[in-house]
Amino acid sequence: MANAKELRKQIGSIKNTQKITSAMEMVAASKMRKAQERMSRGRPYSDHIREVISHVAKASPEYRHQFMIEREVKRIGYIVVTTDKGLCGGLNINLLKATIKNIKTWVDQDVEVDLCLIGNKGAQFFRSYGGNVVAASSHISESPAIEDLIGSIKVMLNSFEAGNIDKIYQANNIFVNTMNQSPTIKQLVPLDAQDEGEERHCWDYIYEPDARQLIEGLVTRYIESQVYQAVVENVACEQAAKMIAMKSATDNAGDLVDELQLIMNNARQAAITQELSEIVSGAAAV
Amino acid sequence: MVTTVHCSIVSAEKEVFSGQVEMVVASGTIGELGIFPGHTPLLTGVKPGAVRLKLEGGEEQIFFASGGFIEVQPNAITILADTALRADDLDEAAANAAQEKAEKELADNKTDIDFGRVQADLQETVAMLRTIRKFRK
Repeated sequence: MANAKELRKQIGSIKNTQKITSAMEMVAASKMRKAQERMSRGRPYSDHIREVISHVAKASPEYRHQFMIEREVKRIGYIVVTTDKGLCGGLNINLLKATIKNIKTWVDQDVEVDLCLIGNKGAQFFRSYGGNVVAASSHISESPAIEDLIGSIKVMLNSFEAGNIDKIYQANNIFVNTMNQSPTIKQLVPLDAQDEGEERHCWDYIYEPDARQLIEGLVTRYIESQVYQAVVENVACEQAAKMIAMKSATDNAGDLVDELQLIMNNARQAAITQELSEIVSGAAAV
Repeated sequence: MVTTVHCSIVSAEKEVFSGQVEMVVASGTIGELGIFPGHTPLLTGVKPGAVRLKLEGGEEQIFFASGGFIEVQPNAITILADTALRADDLDEAAANAAQEKAEKELADNKTDIDFGRVQADLQETVAMLRTIRKFRK
């Protein structure tokens, strides 16, 4: 009977865990809806400003901002956006793996790497993996304000302006749908002229009042919006991944309980059978 | 001749408008702008004020933008506003209250206020009120 007792205890503890995971699943589901809404509201702005910026980068403007000039690459910076908390499946590790792979291709070319980490998980990872971390910020709330982020980004941009870094990449998860988040790494500075296939004829904007002032304002706004969007999107990814992870944990716990229940019933039945046969054979002996 | 151009107004919070228009009137940094299809590429700032769109068929829609950028391409106009609202959604009472508050803060002459910020706030609310009045007429 000792076996059955042990099993009962085990089932009890798994059921408790299951309660916790299913509660977490529901919390994540409701947070995800909000995060997703916030993300989709911000998307048009960041998409449009990216378009405008790529137009500007393609034009041949009278004033070239230093963020628009490609330099020889000696040292590059990564802005890596991860979550603060775990329990969200392979979300962070997939992103970090992709980042490491990307970093490695640069390191092989003797390029040095600086890191700016947003989110706790990235900081933890690079603490053990090694890497030159120049800025880190964590405990970003679920509705991040641009002011919370701009500090650590500024470090990167300043060292770009000072000429210490020649390229800045941004690594974050893109929310495809609830089941699917894809890690992406894209170039933030120098500005990336997209659809390079298009003909590059010489044209320029009319600037009112002043090209320099306008482009500077636009570029700042662009970087802010890209990083902000990355963080908001990351929150949505986190909640979605957490929901899925917790759902499968709950399901697994259910399967485990079923299995153990079966074993326990077997054991109990075996004990009863044994007792019965003992009594019967005892009675026969008398 | 092309008679319409695609125009989109986006604010940091959402896409406010997207569609074909015949004309866009907005207040740029150095003056009122009227933009027709086929305009030469232009990049300029936006002052707080009304943005008037003439839709296909002559219908007009008025929006309020509180600063940002306009990018004009021959086939597309993009207004990247800090905040943008449909004029119908503007709240006159709230704007009035905000104006009073900002004016009072400026008049109080306290030393601990951020003068530039309050002045910008005031400008914005005044522009908002102007849009409301123009729209009501």
